[in-house]
Order: sequence, then structure tokens, then C-alpha cells
Amino acid sequence: MSLHLDESPAARLAPDQGLSAQELAAKYGLAVSGARPHLREYVRQLWARRHFVTAYSRAKVHAQYTQAKLGQLWQVMTPLLNAGVYYLIFGLLLGTSRGVDDYIPFLVTGVFIFTFTQSSVLAGVKAISGNLGLIRALHFPRASMPVSTTLMQLQQLLMSMTVLITIVIMWGEVPRLSWLLAIPALLLQSIFNAGMAMAMARLGSKITDLAQLMPFILRTWMYTSGVMYSLSAKLGNAPHIVKLLLEINPAAVYIDLMRFALIDSFTSAQLPSHVWVMAAGWALLAGVGGFIYFWKAEEEYGRG
Amino acid sequence: MAEAKTEERIPTVTEERIPTVIVDDVHIVYRVHGAGGAKGGAVAALRRIVTRQGNPNVRKVHAVRGVTFTAYKGEAIGLIGSNGSGKSTLLRAVAGLLPAESGKVYTQGQPSLLGVNAALMNDLTGERNVILGGLAMGMSQEEIRDRYEDIVDFSGINEKGDFISLPMRTYSSGMGARLRFSIAAAKNHEVLMIDEALATGDRKFQKRSEERIRELRKEAGTVFLVSHNNKSIRDTCDRVIWLESGTIRMDGPTEEVVGAYEEFTGQK
Repeated sequence: MSLHLDESPAARLAPDQGLSAQELAAKYGLAVSGARPHLREYVRQLWARRHFVTAYSRAKVHAQYTQAKLGQLWQVMTPLLNAGVYYLIFGLLLGTSRGVDDYIPFLVTGVFIFTFTQSSVLAGVKAISGNLGLIRALHFPRASMPVSTTLMQLQQLLMSMTVLITIVIMWGEVPRLSWLLAIPALLLQSIFNAGMAMAMARLGSKITDLAQLMPFILRTWMYTSGVMYSLSAKLGNAPHIVKLLLEINPAAVYIDLMRFALIDSFTSAQLPSHVWVMAAGWALLAGVGGFIYFWKAEEEYGRG
Repeated sequence: MAEAKTEERIPTVTEERIPTVIVDDVHIVYRVHGAGGAKGGAVAALRRIVTRQGNPNVRKVHAVRGVTFTAYKGEAIGLIGSNGSGKSTLLRAVAGLLPAESGKVYTQGQPSLLGVNAALMNDLTGERNVILGGLAMGMSQEEIRDRYEDIVDFSGINEKGDFISLPMRTYSSGMGARLRFSIAAAKNHEVLMIDEALATGDRKFQKRSEERIRELRKEAGTVFLVSHNNKSIRDTCDRVIWLESGTIRMDGPTEEVVGAYEEFTGQK
């Protein structure tokens, strides 16, 4: 049982005795601890922590392979082996390559670009729940966590892209000006991924089962995104609505854009109409929407 | 262990008392997943979902139950109580790191918890951890560059060869603790909270860290110290709050409260 001596000698001497906690706080300009800042202030805080966000993601990527003998070489080996496995199964064993020119660059682009979105979403789910220690110890805008996990994936993707470019050149493509289109495509996809990661981070911090469920959802998403086959070739006489749904799928949009940029035989005829508008639209929708959705629960992260 | 002298204490009664932290009837509830789990596997779990029973795997821990106090500028407040009495939880709530279930915490500026452990990575070198820890605490890159030498010197990591360029996992536990403290103590805070950070490292380092804490205290408006060491509480604090199972049992001048606490725990 408590004696409750809440009248400390200090409190008795205070001239502000009659005031309630709220009035006292207001009188001396005290603010509620851990309150959610306004959106604009939040953006400013996040920007102020940009060095932390990048340093944290770089450190995480670096820490991943320090125990392995081959070390940082795995940053390149992992995507290479991934591409190899997919080629073995879908190119040689199942023969999905029929009807697609330049199948290897086609497949590898699809795998790498989809993996970027997939791993960003997966890492996003655990961005809050997996960093509770950090969140309960230090102050920073919590959006730093999903943003830095996305940056981590971006760094891995850039490694993969060097592998991809090498494969494409070995395949006999000649570097062209259109390769520069890869940059805006990647930028838009990164914004889309960061937004998705933030939305998933909030969901994942509340629904702990999500981490178990997501791999299945993501695998379904992969098989419907035309990663290892050509959507436009397969969709010849599908109903219009199915076609439309598969075409506006953001993963398919970003994959198609990258193929268009890098592979000569993948012409604009194979792109759905308004593809850049869709790419920008998805980035805007996910980026802004995910950020606001995440910010709305800012003060609740850390309760676990 | 501490060499703090009485004259270094900040006077308790000042002309005008400015509150820096107001804690108003705060309750904190943790939800722990994967507790219990005594009965049943998948079938039992499915039945619970179908019958809409609450999941017994989620247990609520009511860690802080209605705590109210006001801290003023210049005070050094000790938090004492037995293990699991809610001291660290309360500090986290004051720092705004742990959302309160009900009640409010008002603070002057941003209180900071002394500690960066969670931001550091064992696979990285000490050097990179200094930078990462500093950034995590909100220091700018220039600040870190300026302080880098001080932090490394203070930690004494490089006294026995060039250890700062080795991964932290190769450090002895004492070395790791020293580096963590050095990084954490590199920044000045308005409201500073220290959670049993006093007793790290060897005797020599302890002395140095106590000195640094006194420096930080002078610069900080208000200091909170959680410790099981009554001597360091007596040396550094002028007011003590005694928590027991999430409620305040006593709040008053150090001698009075620590005395009662020692009687309670039978330490005398």
C-alpha cells in the first residue's frame, strides 16, 4: 500500500500550488512528452535526421556480411545466385521463355526489380517491431526506421543492377541513351517502396502475425506481376478487366519500365499505355499515403 | 564509490521554482506477446479464435499505476525501489519513448535517456559505432567529428592498442560498456535520465564516468537517476522517489526516503 507523500517539501514551497498539472504545464510552457508533431514539423525532423537514416542503413548492410569469409562479395553473389536459380527453373526446366526474346535479361530484370519491392515490404513489416529496443531508447522520428530499411534494399538493388548491366552487356546489348530511363524508373519505385514500407511498418507494429502472412501474399503478387513470363503475351484473349488489373499492378509497371529501358527487344509496343503516369501515380499515392498513415500513429510506436 | 561532495549539489530551494517535468496520474501497460502458452498448440489457438476468447498468449503487465509528481529545474531526483517496481518504465514514459495508457507527462524540451546501446551494432568497428551512436542521439556530423577524439580518449579503448578499428564483438564486456557510456555521455541534455549507468568498467573508468555525470548534471536542468546503489543515490541526488509495484510509496528528501527504504529492505 502506498503512503502517497505526494506533497514533497518542494511542492509545499511552490507558489503554484493550486494549479492543476495541465495549467502548470501551460504556465511554464511544458509540452506533452512524446506527442506527435505536426506533419510539417515531422517532415523537418525527419530531414534533420537524414544522416542517421543513411548511416544506419549503410551500417546494417555492412554488418550483414561481416561474419562471412567472402565478406562484401556476397552483396553481388546473392543476386547473381538468385538469377541463376530462376533461370534454371523457369528458363530451362519449365520453359517459360517461349515467346520472349532475350529471355535471360528479361528474367533477371524482373527478378531484381520485384525483389526490391518485395524485400522493402517485408523489411517494412519488421521495421518497428524489430527495432523496439532502439525505439524505446532514443528519440527520433520513427519514420526513420522504414525509410532506412528501404534504403538498405535500395543499396542491395544497386549492387544487383551492376550485375544486371554486366549480364545485359554480355548478352550483346550496346549501351544506349535509353538506359538513362532506368534512373527515373528506380526513383519512382523507391518512393513507392518507402511508402509501402511505412504503411506496412505501422500495420506490422500492431498485427504481429503479419510477418508470417506476408511471404504468401508477396509470392502471389510475384506470380501475377509477370516476373518470369511476359504479361502481354500471356494475356492475349483474357477479359478486359483482368487485363486492366494486371496492367495497373505497380510491380508490373516498374518491371516493364526497367525492361523497356535496358532491353532492346522490349519495345514500347509491349508497354501498357500511360505507363509513366501510372508509375508516378503509384509512387505519389504510396509515398504520401504511406507517410501520412505512418505519422498518424507516431506516438504509439514502442508500446509493443 | 562516488566522490561527490555536498557543496556540488544544486540548492533545492531556489527563488522561483520552475517545473521541468510534470507527471500527471500516469499508467503504463505493456502487452507481452508469447507469454503464457501453457495450454494447447494450433488446435487450441484455433478454438480460441472461433470462440472469440481473448488470446491468453497476450498478457498485460500494468507496470506503472497512477504516478504523479513534479520535478523542478536544478533538481537531481533518484528513483529507487525493488526490481520490477517500474523505475525504468517510468523513465521511458517521461522521455516520451513509451506511450502512457492514461495520464499525461509534460516536459520542458526533450528529455533524453542516457544510453545508445540499442543503436550500436556489434559487427561494426568501434569507430563506425561512435559515428552511428552520435547520429542516433541527434548530433550533427560536425559535432561528432569535433567530439570523436574526446569520445575515444574518454573510453580508453585505444589504451591497449588500436581497438577502435576492430568490430565491437571482439571487445571484452568491460570495453564495450565503456565505449557505450562514452558515446552516450558525449551529448548535453536539458533533462537527463540515467539508468544505472554509473557502475560500468573498471575502477579507473568508474571515477571518470562519475565525474562526467557530474558535469552533465551541471549543464542539465534536471537529472533523474535510477540505481540500486544507495550510496550513489545519496551522493548525487537531493530528492528521491521510491517506487514499489508501480506506485509511489514515498517522495521526499534523499536521507528520509533512502533511510525508510533501507529499513524496508532490511539493509540496516
